Amino acid sequence: MKFDWRFNVFGKPWIWSYLGAFLVWLAAILFTHGYGAGGMLTAALALAVFSVIAGVAQMFVITLGPGNVDLSLPANIGLASAVAMKMMNGSDSLIAVGFLAALASGVCIGIFNYLLIWLLRIPPIISTLSASFIIQSAGISYGRGLQIKPPPGYAEFTSAQIAGIPFLAIGTAIFTIGIGVILHRTIYGRSVLAIGQNTRAAWLAGVSVERVRLGTYVLSGALGGICGSLLAGYFRGSSLEIGDEYLLASIAVVVIGGTSVSGGKANVPGLWGGALFLVLLLTMLNTFGVSAGVRFLVTGLVIIGVIVAAGGPRSVR
Amino acid sequence: MSYLGLNLMLNLGLPTALATVAQMFVITVNDLDLSIGTFVSFVGCVAATWLRDAPLLGYAVLIGGVAVYALTGAVIYLRNIPSIVVTLGMLFVWQGLAILVLPKPGGKPPGWLHDLMNFHMPYVPFPIVAAIALAALVHIGLMRTSYGAILRGSGGNPSAIGRAGWSLLKTKVVMFALAGVFGVFSGLALVGLTTSADANIGKGYTLLSIAGVILGGGEFVGGRVSPIGAVIGALTLTLAGSLLNFMRISPDWQVGAQGGILIIVLAARAMIDQTGRRTV
Repeated sequence: MKFDWRFNVFGKPWIWSYLGAFLVWLAAILFTHGYGAGGMLTAALALAVFSVIAGVAQMFVITLGPGNVDLSLPANIGLASAVAMKMMNGSDSLIAVGFLAALASGVCIGIFNYLLIWLLRIPPIISTLSASFIIQSAGISYGRGLQIKPPPGYAEFTSAQIAGIPFLAIGTAIFTIGIGVILHRTIYGRSVLAIGQNTRAAWLAGVSVERVRLGTYVLSGALGGICGSLLAGYFRGSSLEIGDEYLLASIAVVVIGGTSVSGGKANVPGLWGGALFLVLLLTMLNTFGVSAGVRFLVTGLVIIGVIVAAGGPRSVR
Repeated sequence: MSYLGLNLMLNLGLPTALATVAQMFVITVNDLDLSIGTFVSFVGCVAATWLRDAPLLGYAVLIGGVAVYALTGAVIYLRNIPSIVVTLGMLFVWQGLAILVLPKPGGKPPGWLHDLMNFHMPYVPFPIVAAIALAALVHIGLMRTSYGAILRGSGGNPSAIGRAGWSLLKTKVVMFALAGVFGVFSGLALVGLTTSADANIGKGYTLLSIAGVILGGGEFVGGRVSPIGAVIGALTLTLAGSLLNFMRISPDWQVGAQGGILIIVLAARAMIDQTGRRTV
């Protein structure tokens, strides 16, 4: 049984995420007898964008190796959405200022996360978790009573579409191709993969491990900032809870998309498959008209099902 | 400090301490349970509804919850997958179930539970006695028995324990089941105090429990934990919460302050470790 893996499509883990996305979409339109099939896809593409951006951030961090995960993404996204809206102040001329401010807030969070990991030598899970509580408080205090609408031009930009394909989705698709190139063709990307496979070996081979780690947490923070400012535009305003669902979503998208949770192996095309699958799954559950409780339950079970299927049996030594 | 004041301040420390001990069991075997908070919520919702109206069903569901915890441990071990992803999934499962059991805040715990949690002892506040009993019980079980040493060893040096003929699957399942049991106790204690439940009642317990274990001297890897430290850590965090209230720190910054406390403790420990290494 030796297939050439290059020609064996089913050997590629990300095929399954697209297949899953297609199946849940099919189930949803069978339920509505084909009504709204195209609209469903347009909406799914628009929403998948945010999961993909958060997923790229989480993918780089997770690829660094076991224990690396950015739990501060939701709080980061929430704060960035507030920063963007406050800086733009509803005026079209300040869009760039607000976007850059949100980006800067994300970069600062990334640096803060890395400093905690590096100075205190605690696992990234705990440092990003404790950082997320501080960021959350900063967000509450900063965004109190904030009800600023996004500038009309910005709101239009985030929901513009060409022939049913959201503008943002096209932009993010190009962005993810760039990410694929960075991951596989640049020194930085290959260093991330090398550190995830074996940190000590990477260090001995001359990879500046700490610098790559810093870069990765900053990248994750920056992407969180971008995600937050885009979300605020798309949903016509900021809120602290805007990022809440992206903790599960970012990790789930990475896992479903075939990136190895133990690090060292990343998969970019799978992010889109995973994001579309998750969004369409929620769309399907919504068309079935299930309650919030069932929605939580099914999402949780799907994540566990995928990770259980993805994990290998323990090797017996 | 008056008897009543101390009682009030420490009361909420008990469910926190129980959740912290639950988290400690999971940390002992090098895993992390992100779902303990929503599990406590779920237990709270069950306790405030079925446990009062249909006690048999209520007990069965709670035992089922412990069984699911044991199963989670088995799956994590057998499929060799990271606990954070699995327990993140379970976080949503428990949250969903809690909303299904109790869609709107309300309910009422059974009378015995309320009486137990509001039991007034002469001279010494009940929460203190209960916390000491809890710490002593877990300390003896985990630190002083031979199987307790095996359990800790399966986190410290799994291959050695495995080669010595102990089942690592069994230790993982036992630790997760214990986490489930103490999670159930935590939810029951919480609802006994608050006299009603809602689906988000235990949300903060995931952070509090992890912080409590670390504050009490536990380490993330290597099976090095301290049950007594964990209980003290949980009570300290509860008191710190009350202190922040007294100091009139704006509620906006309450969560942030808890994150800050955690960072300060870890920073202090990193410094102590460094100076310790220098002198040695």
